[in-house]
Amino acid sequence: MSEKIKFTIDGKECYAEPGQTILEAALDNGVYIPSLCYLKDVIPAGSCRICNVKVAGRFMTACTTPVAMGMEVENDIPELNELRVSIIEMLFVSGNHFCPACEKSGNCELQALAYKYTMMVPRYPYLFPEKKPDSGNKKLFIDRNRCILCKRCIRAVKDEQGRSLFAFKNRGNELAISLDHELAENISDELAEEAMEICPVGSILKKEKGFQQPIGHRKFDKQAIGSDIKSVIK
Amino acid sequence: MSKPVVATTSLAGCFGCHMSLLDIDERILDLIELVEFNKSPIDDIKVFTKQCDIGLIEGGCCNSENVEVLRAFRKQCKILVSLGECAIMGGLPALRNGIPIKECIDEAYLNGPTVSENTEKILPNDDELPMLLDKVYPCHEVVKIDYYLPGCPPRADLIWNALIALVTGDEMELPYEVVKFD
Ligand code: SF4
Ligand code: SF4
Repeated sequence: MSEKIKFTIDGKECYAEPGQTILEAALDNGVYIPSLCYLKDVIPAGSCRICNVKVAGRFMTACTTPVAMGMEVENDIPELNELRVSIIEMLFVSGNHFCPACEKSGNCELQALAYKYTMMVPRYPYLFPEKKPDSGNKKLFIDRNRCILCKRCIRAVKDEQGRSLFAFKNRGNELAISLDHELAENISDELAEEAMEICPVGSILKKEKGFQQPIGHRKFDKQAIGSDIKSVIK
Repeated sequence: MSKPVVATTSLAGCFGCHMSLLDIDERILDLIELVEFNKSPIDDIKVFTKQCDIGLIEGGCCNSENVEVLRAFRKQCKILVSLGECAIMGGLPALRNGIPIKECIDEAYLNGPTVSENTEKILPNDDELPMLLDKVYPCHEVVKIDYYLPGCPPRADLIWNALIALVTGDEMELPYEVVKFD
């Protein structure tokens, strides 16, 4: 077995496998670093910036930075949490998030982060941007009003030949997620289900599925996101 | 010492937030010991009769009357609280924000699948009717709002904890379960 790399997160001694990113190693050591675009075993995108940590006074995304020997990582500190809340607030105002009418409400990771940080109102003005949903697929409904452009679907929703069903189109302000209608024409129920799971928010929905768990029984109704990651003593 | 005075109103809301206030159940008896209600649908006082301490605003602003009432509340209340998603971000009425107002009105009065009687194609035009705004606005984009209580509706415990904190001056209790957006 290769030598473990010793490092610390907020002063706690941790150990990483060579090549492991800070985020993965943190999870293995029972430390929660908040994230949105990260997906286990999928190439990281570093796009949402929620997992920003501080190493030697610099900000870096924990999902893309490999652990180095002796690294001192700062994670759960007011400065970083304040920045994280600010990103969450921006995501809320730059889309159209009508949580009371959203199929993903209660199971949504963006909303769950807002709960974790007790966001009562975003400090930024609501933009109410115009976004066009796409209902063209038989099994999937794409509600771009809620898309946070995290690329999880692009990286992880693939057909049997490894081709991505999703892609980005346009640039800048106009950047939007789009479904390849040809590839997705005969999408199986399982893959459609998986796509809905992979999307952290309510942007990818499986048609005729939603509001299945009563309020109070959903993932984040009583348990804060990340609270299941328990500190492990090694 | 006289009791703190509370006023409440529902702008572009569904009265759900007010129902949630009633959901504090028997604590309502404690509440009326602690505070006095002024203008509010709860006691049916229709005009302000005095300066108030706390104003609870349900609903966002979708028409000129909402704006007028909200401004009056800002004048009459020391502290204004946005109560619920609609007050905070427009809520479900704001689903129309991406649609031109003419299209909304035509859909409601001319083209909608449930429109059958309007053979003369009359659109609401009485001077007495408030003007619709181009968009539904969050309350804090119209006046200064001091506090926000999210939820659709805000949990009764959230409203109760907030009122108690405002009345006593103690820090508000915010357990995880009470801050929800739906
Ligand atoms: S995607 Fe999440 S944050 Fe957006 S409306 Fe749905 S539940 Fe709310
Ligand atoms: S559709 Fe969902 S998974 Fe895909 S980029 Fe948007 S938020 Fe991320």
